[in-house]
Amino acid sequence: MPTRTASKRSTTTEKVAERRVTEVVAPENERPMRKTIDLGEIEDLQILNEEGEVDEALDPNLSEDELKKIHRAMVMTRKFDIRMLAMQRQGEMGTFAPGLGQEATQIGQVYPLNSKDWFSPSYRSFGAQLWRGWTLDGLMLLWAGYYEGFEIPEGVNDTPFSIVIGSHVLPATGLGMAAKIRGDKSVVVTNFGDGASSQGAVAEAFNFASVYKAPVIFVLENNGWAISIPAEKQAAVREFARRGAGFGIPSIRVDGNDILGMIVAAQQAADHGRAGKGPYLIEAVTYRMSYHTTADDPKVYRKDDDVKAWEAKCPIRRFEIYLRNRGILDDADFEKIGKACEAEILEAREKFRARAKAKPREVFDYLYAEMPPELKEQQEEYFRKLDRKGVE
Amino acid sequence: MPQMTMVQALNLALDQSMESDDRVCLMGEDIGVNGGVFRVTQNLLEKYGEDRVLDTPLAECGIIGTAVGMAMYGLKPVPEIQFSGFTMQAFDQIEQNMARMRNRSRGRYPISMVMRAPYGGGIRAVEHHSESREAYWAHTPGLKCVIPSGPRSARALLKAAIDDPDPVVFYEPKAVYRAFKEEVPDEPESMEIGKAKIAREGSDLTMIAWGAMMRPAAEAADDLADLHGIDVELIDLLSIKPMDTETIVNSVSKTGRCLIVQEAPQTCSVASEIIARINDNAFEYLIAPVRRVSGYDIIFPYFQTEQHYLPDPDTVIEAAKDVVKWE
Repeated sequence: MPTRTASKRSTTTEKVAERRVTEVVAPENERPMRKTIDLGEIEDLQILNEEGEVDEALDPNLSEDELKKIHRAMVMTRKFDIRMLAMQRQGEMGTFAPGLGQEATQIGQVYPLNSKDWFSPSYRSFGAQLWRGWTLDGLMLLWAGYYEGFEIPEGVNDTPFSIVIGSHVLPATGLGMAAKIRGDKSVVVTNFGDGASSQGAVAEAFNFASVYKAPVIFVLENNGWAISIPAEKQAAVREFARRGAGFGIPSIRVDGNDILGMIVAAQQAADHGRAGKGPYLIEAVTYRMSYHTTADDPKVYRKDDDVKAWEAKCPIRRFEIYLRNRGILDDADFEKIGKACEAEILEAREKFRARAKAKPREVFDYLYAEMPPELKEQQEEYFRKLDRKGVE
Repeated sequence: MPQMTMVQALNLALDQSMESDDRVCLMGEDIGVNGGVFRVTQNLLEKYGEDRVLDTPLAECGIIGTAVGMAMYGLKPVPEIQFSGFTMQAFDQIEQNMARMRNRSRGRYPISMVMRAPYGGGIRAVEHHSESREAYWAHTPGLKCVIPSGPRSARALLKAAIDDPDPVVFYEPKAVYRAFKEEVPDEPESMEIGKAKIAREGSDLTMIAWGAMMRPAAEAADDLADLHGIDVELIDLLSIKPMDTETIVNSVSKTGRCLIVQEAPQTCSVASEIIARINDNAFEYLIAPVRRVSGYDIIFPYFQTEQHYLPDPDTVIEAAKDVVKWE
């Protein structure tokens, strides 16, 4: 069992292979005919490797309490994922998007945020949402198709996710622009996947954030798959972080299954934004271990062996080795924490069941500040239909 | 009261709203240093600075998407789309976020913003610069859509749109931008969104138009009275959504006949909706079928032929005579 030895995989500054672009200069010019344009460097960061070895020089040295809190959040995220899948298979839950294997990416990206900051997630984000204060039963309501699930918890500036891929990234950028205009110190974290990075709207968001130096942290969760399309088919470049560099956004590629690496990258991005230096892009390299959604069958397009290879890179497993080696938690603690999380989820499920009551009379609500007369008429007609059907 | 063009009246409304509320900010392509390609935002950058008048990158989807975020933050953005033909680039953000965010967030993030865009034909422009697609916005739950017809209504409606707590699509009839002047009061003047205006009272025929079509409609109404003895009640619709059903129904109940004038394509258009509402609410008063003088279901013609496409007073007069003759 390795102890705390410095990993060989310390931060390496990778020269991106194809970054040299040549420029043709007119022949009458005295200068050389062709010169190289420096397009900058993209950092590749890993602090905690898959064997649980830590690069001590880069360890953020979080307190034991913080480490325990982070560990519990990761375990809770996974247990919740597993329970949600069971509930879906038993017909108690709607279609939802599991985030199995992406727990470090999730918790790490929101770790440096405070309650004044903004978090604008994609739909595969309940790890980060739980960290931000969304409740277990609330998230159950949301995925089970009840309006109340979308009620944003008091005390945080989070946005509801939108289902159309990448469509939330521009408003998230607008939040950052507004924060800058108002002279506030808040930053915005917004996440999306490798597939979303192909959307034009996401490219426009990068550009706006960069032009206006908006404090937006783009977390590109490269989990290898956009439903059935592998990242290799999504883009011709292997490093999605180049997407940011091309827009003049400082960008970093992080091992997304390394919670310490994610926290360090997110902290550095938040500091950058708070200092008024503009946006930052974090490519978190992780893997979607489970289904795209519960309506998906990955066996059609990927091999079990590919998934197995990533089991060894599990973010929780390596973090537990680290915690054990530092003497912070032991196997008995892990078991106890797992059970406590499960118990909490089951308790939330009871709360969810008690709250899970469809309210058909609310479907016209929250569309306008004041309901226009023509809509009121339609609402009255709809109510008459409900009355006839004996629906409350 | 000073006389001004619609461009000047819109500029006045923006200026006064920005003066009285520092959350109001403008954004768009060429709206700052250049003052907008039609000069609607002239001198506002100098007066309010770069944090409130944002010359944006050339990306309509980006403009509307970031404006939605700014509205979520509590600002009141007024983005300009240079020509309404380019709003298609932004359709994504209009439908996904601008129209839905209040609902999706259960009221936590209302979107108080105004998307301004010049629309309509008649200025001898290139392709994608002449469309009238107001029906899109009327068809999108969560939006409001208004269209002024002259300088005074432009100023008052724009103030109302900026003050509105919900997202408003504000279509500006660019054929009217500098076509005529009207008296516009110095003091801020507003107008209720959702209310039409009776521009001319009459007893024989209800005529309904909006935006640039109010001019051929009004001209036709004058000629119908002077030359054909037909007394037209002309309604300036002003608000496409919500629509003032009451004013329409009251007028049609009185005249029993109705003609709608629009430059948009016919099928599933605002005129279609007006006919449906008359059918629902005033069928028993109708003497003749409701007719429309409309654009056609074709791509807007290149400008050498646009004058034949657009409704003109003669066509309106002929259609009005048909409706009145019908028994």
